[in-house]
Amino acid sequence: MDPGTRRSGIVRLLSTHLRPYRREIGLVIVLQLIQAIANLYLPTLNANIINNGVVTGNTAYIVHTGGLMLAVTLLMGVTAVIAVYWGAKVAMSLGRDVRASLFRRVETFSQMEVNRFGTPSLTTRSTNDVQQVQMLGVMSLTVIISAPIMAVGGIFMALRMNAELSLLLVIIVPLMGVVIGLIVTRAVPIFRSVQQKIDGINRVMRETLGGIRVIRAFNRTDFEERRFAEVNADLTSTTLRVTRLFALLMPAIMLILNLSTVAVMWFGSLLVGSGRMPIGNLTAFLTYLMQILFSVLMATIMFVMVPRAAASADRIQEVLETEPEIADPSAPAPSPPRIGTVEFRDAEFRYPGADAPVLSGISFAMGPGEVTAIVGSTGSGKSTLVNLIPRFFDVSGGAVLIDGVDVRRFRQEDLWSRIGLVPQRAFLFSGSIADNVRDGRHDATDDEVWHALEVAQAADFVRDLPGGLEALVTQGGSNLSGGQRQRMAVARAVVRRPGIYVFDDSFSALDFATDARLRGALRNEARGATALIVAQRVGTIMRADRIVVLAEGTVAGVGTHQELLETCATYREIVYSQLTPEEVA
Amino acid sequence: MSDRPDGQARGQPPRRVGGGPPGMMMMGTAPKSKDFGGSARRLLGRLSPERPKLVLVVLLAVVSVTLTILGPRILGHATNVLFEGVIGKRLPAGVTQQQVIAGLRARGQEQLATMLSGMQLTPGAAVDYAQIARILSTLAVVYLLSSLFAWMQAYVMAGIAQRTMYALREDVDRKLARLPLSYFDGHARGDVLSRVTNDIDNISTSLQQSLTQLITAVLTVIGVLIMMLTISPLLALISLIAVPLSMFVTLVIARRSQRQFTKQWAKTGDVDGFIEEMFSGHAVVKVFGKREAAIRHFDEQNQELFQASFRAQFLSGTIQPAMLFISNLNYVAIAVIGGVRVANGTLSLGDVVAFIQYSRQFTQPIMQTASIMNTLQSAVASAERVFELLDESEESPDDALPQTLATTQGRITLQDVSFRYRPDTPLIDDFDLDVPAGETVAIVGPTGAGKTTLVNLLLRFYEIDGGRISIDGVDTRRMSRGGLRQLFGMVLQDPWLFRGTIRDNIAYGREGATEEEIEAAARAARLDHFVHTLPDGYDTMVDDEATNVSQGEKQLLTIARAFLADPQILILDEATSSVDTRTEVLIQQAMSELMRDRTSFVIAHRLSTIRGAHTILVMNHGSIVEQGTHDELMARRGFYHDLYASQFTEALDEAS
Repeated sequence: MDPGTRRSGIVRLLSTHLRPYRREIGLVIVLQLIQAIANLYLPTLNANIINNGVVTGNTAYIVHTGGLMLAVTLLMGVTAVIAVYWGAKVAMSLGRDVRASLFRRVETFSQMEVNRFGTPSLTTRSTNDVQQVQMLGVMSLTVIISAPIMAVGGIFMALRMNAELSLLLVIIVPLMGVVIGLIVTRAVPIFRSVQQKIDGINRVMRETLGGIRVIRAFNRTDFEERRFAEVNADLTSTTLRVTRLFALLMPAIMLILNLSTVAVMWFGSLLVGSGRMPIGNLTAFLTYLMQILFSVLMATIMFVMVPRAAASADRIQEVLETEPEIADPSAPAPSPPRIGTVEFRDAEFRYPGADAPVLSGISFAMGPGEVTAIVGSTGSGKSTLVNLIPRFFDVSGGAVLIDGVDVRRFRQEDLWSRIGLVPQRAFLFSGSIADNVRDGRHDATDDEVWHALEVAQAADFVRDLPGGLEALVTQGGSNLSGGQRQRMAVARAVVRRPGIYVFDDSFSALDFATDARLRGALRNEARGATALIVAQRVGTIMRADRIVVLAEGTVAGVGTHQELLETCATYREIVYSQLTPEEVA
Repeated sequence: MSDRPDGQARGQPPRRVGGGPPGMMMMGTAPKSKDFGGSARRLLGRLSPERPKLVLVVLLAVVSVTLTILGPRILGHATNVLFEGVIGKRLPAGVTQQQVIAGLRARGQEQLATMLSGMQLTPGAAVDYAQIARILSTLAVVYLLSSLFAWMQAYVMAGIAQRTMYALREDVDRKLARLPLSYFDGHARGDVLSRVTNDIDNISTSLQQSLTQLITAVLTVIGVLIMMLTISPLLALISLIAVPLSMFVTLVIARRSQRQFTKQWAKTGDVDGFIEEMFSGHAVVKVFGKREAAIRHFDEQNQELFQASFRAQFLSGTIQPAMLFISNLNYVAIAVIGGVRVANGTLSLGDVVAFIQYSRQFTQPIMQTASIMNTLQSAVASAERVFELLDESEESPDDALPQTLATTQGRITLQDVSFRYRPDTPLIDDFDLDVPAGETVAIVGPTGAGKTTLVNLLLRFYEIDGGRISIDGVDTRRMSRGGLRQLFGMVLQDPWLFRGTIRDNIAYGREGATEEEIEAAARAARLDHFVHTLPDGYDTMVDDEATNVSQGEKQLLTIARAFLADPQILILDEATSSVDTRTEVLIQQAMSELMRDRTSFVIAHRLSTIRGAHTILVMNHGSIVEQGTHDELMARRGFYHDLYASQFTEALDEAS
């Protein structure tokens, strides 16, 4: 990405999200300005004390000016606190607002956009990247705004103190900038590589912990230790390189500051000695010099921060500017009665820009009371087909109809309310067991929840959990086993009592016995509903009313088990790979 | 500069300030440590191999700080010489200082006279540039040396910190190798991972920065104080009043902002966690109509995060202005009182100038110390978590003279074996099993029946509480763990790959395997053909998250590993998860070939495997409830019968 577009990303992000806070930002700038002026005024007052008070021995003048200094100090303190208050408020509001915009935007995304970014990336953009931008906001509204004011004011005052002496600035300021810039720019790539090495350590550690049984069974502990020692040494040496480089930074800055003082003192002495500058101005000049150099330091830090924040802003902006491809139609069709029919009409799906379609020529229909199963090997398009029903993806040709209406003409909420989906990855949310089941239907009673759990063969293990229905499920359901999660996801769909059930390979983590019991219970429960089952195990689907065999994105056969055994070679191949002849019969 | 990938940092204390540049006016949370003193001492103890270098660091710091502190004093001398020159030049030449002062007194300029009496004037003479030049060159050298020593100090310290962290990481890694499996089963993987990475990382950064800063800060405060006292006890006293005042203000504000920071990070964790959860479950959120509720919940959390972070930012932001205010008050006081005293002649102008600089140097390290203490607290808390891990009890050591088997037949005998994971819940009692060499034992039972327990015992991942397990007559406890495990090959349902080539991953089965052996194993495992379809063949990089290799192919790879290891005894875990049908066939073929002529324990899900087994162990709720052949167990009409009937009649039912 070239710097031009990079800048525009952060500019666009900030201009939209800071606009509501224009007045507050204006106030902060004014306050910082007052503070900077006051800060610059203090050394002048001090110079006056020396020139007009000390040199002439005028104690009254000293005390009088001292009082003025005190007043200025007080003003500075008050403005600084108010500035920090509003600065912090605006910066944190910025973070909050950007996060909220992102969250709302992602919630409108279809599966297409989510897949394009990837969940981890979307999460990082909404968390870490927002942090980066927020941090830049904090820094801008506190130090960075005041840095240029201080620098300009400092140079102005230094010139007033003595123009000739100010020529030194022409040497000192660039020197400072270059030295800091050199060290920092050299360090940044190493920092990045340190981050990679830390990731390396994490990876090896994760692998070691994940494979602890295999490692011990194969007696390869020493091999793992060697691998770890390698990445560890690698991380150590890289970190050492960057910390040693950074060790140079502070001493170098201090040296420049201090030697500048010496130079100012020498040339200043010459000016004072020849009567071209009062002696008090020398001390004041030194103070201004420090202020100018401090601003240079701040500016350099900003140069380090801005590119990082800009990169983050770009990533955020990219999400904010992505329009979801699937949205509610502007004029939805009138909501049809809930019957439960699903029809694929010559449906085709291809990823945008892809040569070959994932699915093509898919046509079949199913109605209430029927069980339709979809089988096919990995990559045959089973999951994609299922995803067309709730409009996670839109067909690129043909149509999918529910209750006689094209899914694209539904209000999405209406469409989804007709479907009880059990996704391939049984995703649960943190909360109680009951909360998770009630995600299916919010007003379900405890009895209904228990009933759903019974049907899903989950009641036994839920009863065994401490707290039963109120037992807590951790994020993603990670404290439950894969099989338990799948059964919970089934219960969530069951409690909904939908007209259409969609099971996307939802029984894979269950053992045969549980699988069989679950299907038996479901048959009773969902007697009048339409059910679509994607499965790998032939045993799961043999008794379906209709089996759709998919091969490479097209329908290789539709029929019952017996019919397909006779007519469909692909089906036979699948069946005989799993069952003995006597089981098939 | 820590731009950590999320997954791992989230939710695990300690959190560090997210991505902020180090050393800014931000403070991370300091997770509370249980025994701060003890852990801090132990952490310092970790530095003991570096003691000589540490002494060097302190010496370098002393020199550097001393030189820095001398600076303003020397500068003050230069100011004095200049000032005396300026005043002297205004006086008529040829008179003495005494005459000038007497003259001033006579004219009633008492104050000026008093001031001049404190100087060393040469009336009429110009500024003594030679002397100023001498003083300033000394000053330049002093500053140069001071920076040089400061750099050397930081340089050496970097080595100390990084070497110490390297050793700590190595210790933890070795420790992990010695911990019993129960530790890993009982601790969340994320937690262990976080101790090795986040915590050590936290200690490393803190140690590097804080230790150097702390040494410098303390030395600076002491040195500056001495210098101030030697210049003017009165002004020093005024500055000293500022010290407790600064400390008090810093502490009061810091304590309040600390609370808000803690809250801020907790809230950040909540919000980040919620975002991650909602995004991961995006499809489910939508299809179950959770979107409105999700946005509502998010807004609430986000607002709370805003409140906490705003307060934290504001409160901590007031420290700087407050300190500046105190420092400026001090500055004014010194300027006024100093000015009056210079006018009185009791103090030189150079001293006042020097003093102003010292008073500036004084407040900074005090402010720093507050934030250093905070960082150190967090480092010690992290260290404590690492030490906890290092203190976990280890596996019992192997026999000093372990027995080995010359040739392995593979007969396995369990006699009166008792075992329980928790002392209060009996699991397996007086269990007997005799498996002749080459036979197959199928372990069956419903999901979660504890089918891996037996595997744990055979491989001594867990130790039995009573009885004995022997292989070809030798008690497994008399063998070394390594020697015992060498007899086994294992194929788990969840195939484990590490990042490396396919070749490396197969070769994992046996150290020093040749190229031919590796490919032969791959052929035996039906993997060879697949590998040849990959552009890089055996050099294709894979890892656990690899998407270029399917789940089924990963399983074939682990089977190849077992072929290569060529063990006499096998432990197999049949996959329940979905694998596409063609690969499934390959896996079955490969597994049955692997099992030929080997003693095998199979955690079985397939009917054919179960019925073909010589012995079936039926497990439920963790313990072995039945044992026998298929026919025996069917005849008994017990748990197995029900289990079998439920799935097999179903299959028959469906097939009919």
